[in-house]
Amino acid sequence: MADFLITTLELPAWLAWSITAMVAAVLILNVIAGGALVFIWAERKIAGRIQDRLGPTRTGGKFGWLQSLADGIKLLAKEDLMPDGADGMLFRIAPYVSFCASFCAFIAFPFAFDFIGQRLNVGVFFVIAVLGLEVFGVILAGYASASKWSLFGAMREAAQVVSYEVPLGMCVVVPVMLAGSMDLVTIAEKQGGWFTSWFLFHDPFTFVVFWIYVTCAIASVNRAPFDLAEAESELVAGFHTEYSGLRWSYFFMAEYGSMFLVSALAAILFMGGWNGPVPVASILGLSEGTSDTANYFVRLLGMINLLGKATLGVLAMMWIRWTLPRLRIDQVMATCLKYCTPLAAAMFLGAMLWQIALPGGLVPGLRRPAAEIREGWLPGPGGAARSVGEDAGTVVKVGA
Amino acid sequence: MAHLLDDDPRIIEFDVRTDEMLVNMGPQHPSTHGVLRLVLRTDGEVVSEVEPHIGYLHRCAEKIGENITHRQFIPYTDRMDYLAAMNMNLGWALAVEKLMKYQVSERARHLRVLIAELNRIASHLVGMGAYGLDLGTFSPFLYAFREREKILDLFEEACGARLTYSYITVGGLTADLPTGWLQRCESFLEQFEPIIQEYHALLTTNAIFVKRTANIGVMSRELAIDYGCSGPVLRGSGVDQDMRRDGEAIYTAMYEGYAFEVAVMKDGHYPRDHDYPAVPADAVLGDCWHRFFVRMLEVVQSMDLVRQAIDRYSACKGPLGDPVKLTEKMPAGDAYLETECPKGQMGFYIVSDGSAIPWRARARSSSFSNLAVTHELCRGCLIADVPAIVGSLDVVMGEIDR
Repeated sequence: MADFLITTLELPAWLAWSITAMVAAVLILNVIAGGALVFIWAERKIAGRIQDRLGPTRTGGKFGWLQSLADGIKLLAKEDLMPDGADGMLFRIAPYVSFCASFCAFIAFPFAFDFIGQRLNVGVFFVIAVLGLEVFGVILAGYASASKWSLFGAMREAAQVVSYEVPLGMCVVVPVMLAGSMDLVTIAEKQGGWFTSWFLFHDPFTFVVFWIYVTCAIASVNRAPFDLAEAESELVAGFHTEYSGLRWSYFFMAEYGSMFLVSALAAILFMGGWNGPVPVASILGLSEGTSDTANYFVRLLGMINLLGKATLGVLAMMWIRWTLPRLRIDQVMATCLKYCTPLAAAMFLGAMLWQIALPGGLVPGLRRPAAEIREGWLPGPGGAARSVGEDAGTVVKVGA
Repeated sequence: MAHLLDDDPRIIEFDVRTDEMLVNMGPQHPSTHGVLRLVLRTDGEVVSEVEPHIGYLHRCAEKIGENITHRQFIPYTDRMDYLAAMNMNLGWALAVEKLMKYQVSERARHLRVLIAELNRIASHLVGMGAYGLDLGTFSPFLYAFREREKILDLFEEACGARLTYSYITVGGLTADLPTGWLQRCESFLEQFEPIIQEYHALLTTNAIFVKRTANIGVMSRELAIDYGCSGPVLRGSGVDQDMRRDGEAIYTAMYEGYAFEVAVMKDGHYPRDHDYPAVPADAVLGDCWHRFFVRMLEVVQSMDLVRQAIDRYSACKGPLGDPVKLTEKMPAGDAYLETECPKGQMGFYIVSDGSAIPWRARARSSSFSNLAVTHELCRGCLIADVPAIVGSLDVVMGEIDR
């Protein structure tokens, strides 16, 4: 788009890039806000159905589809309260820190090939790192609220999220190793073709890694059964006890944004990203990359695919939330330190050895290298034959 | 201070220690079951001391009892344990009847058993659902309330109220059952029976639930007896006592001919008359899991009793009999009677000077004694265990404060 502005409209480069950045930011913001609205509504409906009730039914005519918007208006109209002893500036800043972290992580996140705010060659690293910043907002909120319950929530959040980033990082490193790149676009492209080429089915180790990733992802975004930072039966509402109105809704949006992000990340890392289980586009002969319309159509299809997978992940999180009791803090830490971390490390080692011993997989014909399907789209030579040792070395450093 | 830190290593050690913090849990807290206030002394996540503060719901019910007649006091008993108001009515009614040496008709006796046991199911459903809530799972709570609603519907048909019934009264019951009620009750039981397995799947045998409750808040037999605990809390510690079997004659006579086995672990196992899930390996007798499990067993036990009561009640052809007059004089003297309410042994003490108005009305609450043991159980546990322990005691503040 920037190129278009520079060449066709002859705008100066700085203006063109600024406009592009703004458009991308607005689009991403809308994806998060709109997504949060839909997911909050979905959560209400799903929770309702799981609990033998109807959920919202009237707002907006049918199915209560306007419920989240009505909630939003209610939150806007609420009195903005701040406790007497609170640290004013930090108290005000905290929700935005949380939200910004969740929002910024989307910048490097590809919704389809080329549907991306800014493609980074360390996309995975960027997303995980920025998502990790969300915890600062929570800690700030807990510290600045001048409430003991908030402080407990923040302490728990700090302990939990920081611990779970370790196994989460290890899990993320496995697909990175298999793809030989930290670029999210490349990782997704490597899984093109039938669903058998998804990293989830790459080898038994990645299959296990996927489930460890799911556990750690739920824990790192503070969803039940790991929602200790806001455990309502113990800590009233944890870190956001003292928040109300719009500020509170920023925490809420950040939560849903992160939920969506980790689910979408799982889709890209393990479930083929925008590649559907069946390569519809290539069967139809659309994936040649010859005509612009065909390309656009394929990407749109891919985006729907990715959003579908991410939504499935979010729905699974909701299902888990409304079914399971909450763990205790020591049990949460034990799950991380005693099970997830060693298991993830072992699986990482296993996947590495598998990659060396059986680079083509157990059944060689089953997994078609991505290069065959979308040759010409990838920057530089791709394919499964890429040397492993060199990339694995780089990757280990990042994981550690 | 700084120069001291340089010299003495012990002071540095002391300085590293985290501060203790006093935290108020309640009276406005989501998991304190009403207006209970717990003052926690915490060191990080570890709770070193818990002190329950009560009195936020005090309504002078006992003093009011000295100004109204015995039958007029029935609605006040409703508001003691409002989750099991029928059992409260029954306790007071039986205490007055004991003083009056009054014998209700056979039909009224079976109807009382039916109603009281049905209310026990409702009360335990709330206890079970709210316990899930304390542990952070929301759905079982609504599954429990869904079934409780059906019991409340039945009660509404019988007496017109859904929470404060005043149905059982001195000298019998205020009204007989409407036609078709027994069939509806039977079909409810039919429909409810398989659902208990759902509760077991979601809570009793759930791995996280077991992790959160097994070996937490272990109350030894001796401790339970020392603190005067009763009901499922006492039986959860393995003490074989149930007022329906071991109580005074006027109360046990009500259950005469009814077959039921007290839900308590004897010789290492629970009564085996139904298909219950196995006790998890981690669970220790007297912990939160056992207290919860005893309640679940009592739901099934009460269902059995309700079924037996339906049979006996419909076999009774005699009249139900009218309750005593509102102003019926009581003989001078006193009477104390403990009944087995869902929460434990609820005692009513009544002193009469010969008029219809008691000279002294006194209630002995089971929740009060059960709550008193909190500070023993919560010593050294984690913050998350406090709701788990208090929830497993299943206290009702209306009964504690009266």
